[in-house]
Amino acid sequence: MSTNANDLRNPLKRARGLGSAQSGATHWWRQRVTAAALVLLGLWFVALVLSLLHADYATAKAAVAKPWNALLLILFVVTAFWHAVLGLQVVIEDYVHTRWKEVALLVAIKFLAVLCALAGVLSVLRIALGA
Amino acid sequence: MADTRRPLSPHIQIYKWQVQMVTSILHRATGVALAVGTLLVVWGLLSLATGEAAFNQYKTCVGSPPGMVLLVGWSWALFYHLCNGIRHLIQDAGAGYAIPQFVRSSWLSVIGSVVLVVLVWACVLTCGGAA
Repeated sequence: MSTNANDLRNPLKRARGLGSAQSGATHWWRQRVTAAALVLLGLWFVALVLSLLHADYATAKAAVAKPWNALLLILFVVTAFWHAVLGLQVVIEDYVHTRWKEVALLVAIKFLAVLCALAGVLSVLRIALGA
Repeated sequence: MADTRRPLSPHIQIYKWQVQMVTSILHRATGVALAVGTLLVVWGLLSLATGEAAFNQYKTCVGSPPGMVLLVGWSWALFYHLCNGIRHLIQDAGAGYAIPQFVRSSWLSVIGSVVLVVLVWACVLTCGGAA
């Protein structure tokens, strides 16, 4: 960032780089990092599903229980819901103009995402650890 | 309410449809659809952790005609969001902003997603019909 004589911001404000919303580029950057992870995890997930097309219960369970599959499935579920929350947040902020509805929706998607991500993780762990 | 005599920004019905606009709108729409579709993944994992009866019920629901229609839709949404997401990541790196490149990469995401979804479903069908 160049020093600009016309920049009216305090140098400290500029150095912190947090902007008026106080979160800087955090949201933007996390969205990109989870996106990059999901490119790989998503392709792997499609391959896993295709390999289990007509699998019966025992085969599917055994596949999920394999250490690498279990690990990558947990990563996929957590990253997918994280990325989903970041994306839905922007959509809600753009289109919901009543403040209380906007906040309610923003909180609701976070609750739902954590619930679903934990449900997915718990299921994989239960299968992988053989409960 | 706000003073409605202010000039309003033109909405989508004013613009001539262009592919860059379609890819942008579709990216959001498929993103929201995929957020919902991820619930199907969690449902599958939960059913697998619950037991054979629950898993067979899941397979029946997903393999039913409405289930298959949703699966085709979601698989296309996944591949579209994947292709266009990669396009956005490349643009975030600062590349491909000239108008002809922008239009070409838009078409590439749309056509690429259709090719990928056809390939995957061809793979599904050659493996012996519906799940």
